[in-house]
Formats: sequence, structure tokens, C-alpha cells
Amino acid sequence: MTKENIGLKWEYAPSPEATDHAKINKQYELFINGKFTKPNSKKCYNTINPATEEVIAKIADANEKDVDLAVTSAKTAYDKYWKKLSGAERAKYIFRIARVIQERSRELAVIESLNGGKAIRESRDFDIPTAANHFFYYAGWADKLEYAFPNKKVQSLGVAAQIIPWNFPLLMAAWKIAPALATGNTVVLKPAESTPLTALKLAEIIQDCDLPPGVVNIITGFGATGAAMVNHPMVSKVAFTGSTDVGKLIQKSIAGTTKKLTLELGGKAANIVFDDAPINQAVEGIVNGIFFNQGHVCCAGSRLFVQENIAEEVISKLKARMQTLLVGNPLDKNTDIGAINSKEQLDKINNYLKIGVNEGLEIYQSDNCSLPKKGFFCKPTLFIGAAQSNRVVQEEIFGPVLTIQTFRTIEEVIEKANNIPYGLSAGVWTDKGSKIFNLTSKMRAGVVWANTYNKFDPTSPFGGYKESGFGREGGLHGLAPYVNLI
Amino acid sequence: MNFKNSPVIDQVGIEERVARFNTRSIKKQSKVSALKLALNMIDLTTLEGKDTEGKVIQMCNKAMQPADGINDLPTVAAVCVYPTYVAIAKKTLGNSGVKVASVSTAFPSGNSLREIKIEDTKFAVENGADEIDMVISRGEFLKGNYNFVYDEIAAIKETCGTARLKVILETGELSTLDNVRKASDIAIAAGADFIKTSTGKIQPAATMPVTLVMLEAIKDHYLKTNKMIGMKPAGGISTAKAALQYLVMLNETLGQNWMSNEWFRFGASSLANDLILQLAKEQKGVYYSKDYISID
Repeated sequence: MTKENIGLKWEYAPSPEATDHAKINKQYELFINGKFTKPNSKKCYNTINPATEEVIAKIADANEKDVDLAVTSAKTAYDKYWKKLSGAERAKYIFRIARVIQERSRELAVIESLNGGKAIRESRDFDIPTAANHFFYYAGWADKLEYAFPNKKVQSLGVAAQIIPWNFPLLMAAWKIAPALATGNTVVLKPAESTPLTALKLAEIIQDCDLPPGVVNIITGFGATGAAMVNHPMVSKVAFTGSTDVGKLIQKSIAGTTKKLTLELGGKAANIVFDDAPINQAVEGIVNGIFFNQGHVCCAGSRLFVQENIAEEVISKLKARMQTLLVGNPLDKNTDIGAINSKEQLDKINNYLKIGVNEGLEIYQSDNCSLPKKGFFCKPTLFIGAAQSNRVVQEEIFGPVLTIQTFRTIEEVIEKANNIPYGLSAGVWTDKGSKIFNLTSKMRAGVVWANTYNKFDPTSPFGGYKESGFGREGGLHGLAPYVNLI
Repeated sequence: MNFKNSPVIDQVGIEERVARFNTRSIKKQSKVSALKLALNMIDLTTLEGKDTEGKVIQMCNKAMQPADGINDLPTVAAVCVYPTYVAIAKKTLGNSGVKVASVSTAFPSGNSLREIKIEDTKFAVENGADEIDMVISRGEFLKGNYNFVYDEIAAIKETCGTARLKVILETGELSTLDNVRKASDIAIAAGADFIKTSTGKIQPAATMPVTLVMLEAIKDHYLKTNKMIGMKPAGGISTAKAALQYLVMLNETLGQNWMSNEWFRFGASSLANDLILQLAKEQKGVYYSKDYISID
């Protein structure tokens, strides 16, 4: 090393994941009754790569007739095979899906990043392995349902209509399909319009796994397709993950029917840091809490509460840490923050940035990151000195934007943290165990993480309070919405 | 001074951060420059009862010229020996720029009287040591006798004169990361120029979580005082891949100002050869047989 080089900043050379091994068709049809079928609507739309704005494939847009076909085939499969199959036999199919996801994990990770914009580090190390784990976990329950619900007779429901969001496409499909199959239901699933590719890959996997035709149907389309699924009379169960507005619509439209419903909706989680916390690790947790998956996480820790006496230290360390976050090509193995999922979402986030600035908040963005010219990207952002009344504090932004508020007492922070229509998740950072239990028992949030953030496991239930929805997914609790107990 | 108030450490958080450093993918030019930097940061070490003058001389030669036939190899940073070999090392290295570091203070256990530790250090400095690697009294530390540890480091620092002082915490005996942080804070407050993980005689020696805790202590000290302290993980780092992971951690924790052998060292004996092997591979496109690289 020559003298001139010493002290220079060490930049990592680009290290892009290869994409040539990922097989993506030019056009995808609807997966109905075990086959890819031309849509009755004869309509299709383009799905793009949000990091480059290039078109990846043409996707079918299912209409009411297509939905009817899918639900009917799910109902037929339910009555003809699936309901009659023993739990142990169902488990074999689910295990098979889990194993094939593992085998094709590299391809699935690449496609997830191509279509959704998330960093390959996350799709490779989090999304795909966790999706496989969900299938493994629920395969295990399929023949043990009588132990899950002791002294009860467990009955399956029939056809489950499942509508999933674009932030974790394959993982959300796994969260929905695995418990439904394990409990003996059949499925019609619709991925989000902007990220259909891994769900369609999953359809191919399900085909390869020789599932009886119609047990899982995967159809693509927009809101109208979803509405047709929800309103179909043969559907016994609706499971939705997405925005609170759509959740309310769904609840209205199935009122007066016997359809069961679970909703997993928005969030605006408080991440609370006390002065006795392990500060350097808390800073890391704050970063993981809000910048994971570009902040497109319903349980993202988007409201930071820092105890007054350490606020200055925490904010300066947070700024320093943000300087080392690498924003850019989602397929580069070193990228920390990838592309925003869609133009629409980027516009929404940018609008909130404007609102925050207009509300007079101090804004901070790393000056060490330049965004690619093409594609949808957003710099990780802090709003410092925020108050409960600010819109950026009250409303879900669903992007890499963190608001920072300070507090003095534990009573104050609990009150402020709960003072929001949402209640999905929260985080607390302190070295004192008693404080953790005191606080977690008073938080109106489905998940409270202590000294960590954004941890997911198939064995652990997940779901919200208040306008964040109801019903639980994951764990033993995740079986309940898919069964009748007698 | 009150060292009971050192910041607390969350071990799970530390381990997660380390796991994240280890997913960085280092390729091409950024790999070559880092391999050279790592070689340039090595304290080439021999600390055995069976050391001989001949072995020390051979090691010094390797320190100055790590391998033949590979272009643009830097020297290592220093050689690290027992006090009795300082004179011969100094003579062999001449004005090559490679420093002589000497362990002292009843290395490796540190179980001796303060006067003897001071004499030990004095002997090494008088023989020409540029750097002194002292060990702390772990027994006193674990007893909670923090002022004893502080006073001892301060006394050795005074004895060092212009020689730079590295303080070995022997983290493998400190049991918790909270203790590692506390010991780091004590050493820094008492005047350490470098803090160092291990003697290499106790397992576990250097680990990434322990090193991260120490780097954070250095960072917090720098943020408060604007004073830089060096870091030396030692023992157990024997592959180029591991060295690159440590550099990623350094780069993203302390940043560019620390990315030189003035502020970061690897205490290692076999690491140099793996770095040479990898650098040869980058230049020639194929792996050498290890037989082509001398092991002294």
C-alpha cells in the first residue's frame, strides 16, 4: 500500500448477483385448476423492474369470470380430494413445496429482487428462507390439529380467498397458503399487481409438486379482481394483507355473510429507546426497524421515541450510521437499501417528505449516497424534532422515513406511543428487564420487540390491534382463522 | 474514576451486526487493495518459549520482504517478540520502517509485581522497542479493582516514554462483552495508544463480536475527545477472508481515518501467508502451491 492510498475510503467494487439462471417467461397466464390458463378477460398488463423501469413480463388481468373459474375449481378440489385427504397426506404435499422452494431459493431470490426492488441481501437471507420455513412449520401441524385444539373437533372451511401485498410477495403467499392447506382448505390467491412474479413461480412449483389440480389457484389482477374474489359466494374465508382503507372496504362488503375474515393492515410503530439502553445496538435496531425493505414493512419502527437525555447522542450516531448505508442496484450483494416498489409509492413518499418539510421539521438525508438516475429510489430520511400532531407522525408513509420525538417519563412515552389509530408492533430498548415487562404490558400493539426489531419466525403469531387489523398469522394461532371448532 | 458506568452491551445485537458485516461481498480492485492493506497491518508474531535468535532474524526478513515474485507487496507493520529478542530484531530490521513491538508486564498472565512489570517494560524500551504490548491484571479486574488496573496501565504508559503502548485485555478471560467494554474504557482512560484483544495464549482469542465492542469504545472516545485510539485484534485470525471481514467492520465502524497500520493491526503469524497466497492468485489467476511460500 502506497502512502497516498492510506486513509482513502475503501469502496466496495460492484458485486452483482447473476440473473441468467432465473427463468422468467415473457408472458404469464392464470394458474387455475393446476394449469396455466388464458384469461377470459383477454387483458394483460406489464410488470416492471422498479430499479430500471424495464418491462419484465406481461401478466394476465383476471376478470369476474376468471375469478369464478378459479373459485369453482378450488371448491371442486376441496370437495373431491382435499377435504377427504388425511392430515399426514396433506403434510407430504406441503413439505414438498417447502423443499422445492429451498432448492430454487437462488432463482426465487433474484426474481423477488428484480420484480420488487428489494436488496438481494434481504430476499436471499430473509424472504425466501422464511417463506420455506413457513411451509415446513405448517406441514408439521397438518396431522396434529387435534393437539393444536384439544378436546375439539377441527373442521376445515372450504375455499379461502387470499389477497397479499407487494412488500414481501413470496413470503406473504407462504404465510397465507401454508396454514390454509395444513388445515384442509383450498386456496385462490392473488398477488399484488406490481409484484406477481414469485407467486407465479410458486404456481410452477406447486405444479411440479403434483398437488391435486385446483387445491391452489393463483390469479393476477388489480383491485377489481380482488373484489370479485371477496364477493364470490363460494368463498368461505377471506384473508387480506394490505392497506387499512382496502381492509375497511372488504369488511363492509362481506358484512352479513358467514365468511370468516382476517385482516393484517397498516402500522405506525413506536420504537422506544431509554437512556439505559445499549445505545450502539439500539442505533442498529433503529436502522433495521425503519430501513429494512426500504421501509415497506407494515410493522416498521417508523416513530422513534428517544429519552431526552440521550437524544443528541442517539441522533448523531444514527446520522453516522446512515452514511454507511449503500443505496442502489437491488441485485448488488452489498446494497443495503434497494428500489422503492413503484412510481406510485415513490410519489407518495416524496409527498410526505414535502409535508414534513412544510410542517417545519428538520430533515436529514445521508450526503454519502447518490441515487441511480433511472428507477425509483429514495434516500433514507430522518425528521428530527417531530411532534404527535405532525402528519408524518400520524400517517403511515411506508417508506424509508423515520420521525424522531423525545420523551422524559415512561408514562409519557406509553401514552404517545399508543396515541395512534394503528397498533401492529412496537420496540423497546432498555437494559432493565422490569421496564420491558412494564412497558410491553401497556402497549396496544400486536408484537412488541425488546432490544431487537423486525424479527419473524413461523412459530410466532403476528397481527394487530385497532386499525392494524385482526386475526393472527403464524404459530399455533395462525391455524385458528382457517378452522371451525366443534 | 468511576468505570461502573460504562455503556451496556447487548450481545445479540453485536452478533447480528457482525453477521451483517460478513455478508459484504468484496471483489476485484477493492479486494486487492484490502489484501495489501491487511498485509501492511500485520504484527508478525513469535511468542514461544522455544524461540531462537535465528527464528527472530528469519521472521524479520520476512517482515521486510514477505514474498518473492509477487509485485507491489508492502512490508508488514511490525514484528512482535519477547523483550529478550528486541535488540536482535531492531538490528535486523534497521531502517526498513518495520517496527519492533515487545510484549511485557509478565506476558502472558500478568501475574507479577508492579515493579517487575515496570522493569520488564524498561528493558524492552531500552533495547529499542517501538511499541509495548502489555497485559492487564485480569484477576484484579474481575475482582472489581478497576483503579488498580487503571493505575498499572498508567504506570506502564509512563515507562514507555515515546514507545506506543498497546494494552492487551485478554478478552477470552473477561467472560462478558460488558466486561470487554469496561476494560476498554479503563485502558483508554489510562493512556493506551492501542487496545488489543488477546495474548494468543488463551482461547477464545480475537473474535469479531469482541473486536466490535472495542471499536465502539474507541469510537465513543473519539466522539467525546476527538482523540484516536488504535485497535489490534490478535490470535485466531489466520485467513485472508477473515481479515477482509475485520476490515469491513473497521471501515463501517470507524471509517477511513483508521484504515492504516497506524491505527489498526492484526496480531497474527499465519495470516501473512494466506494473504500472500490470495494476492498471488489475484495477480496470476491461479493458486500457488503453499510450498512456494516460506513459513518463517
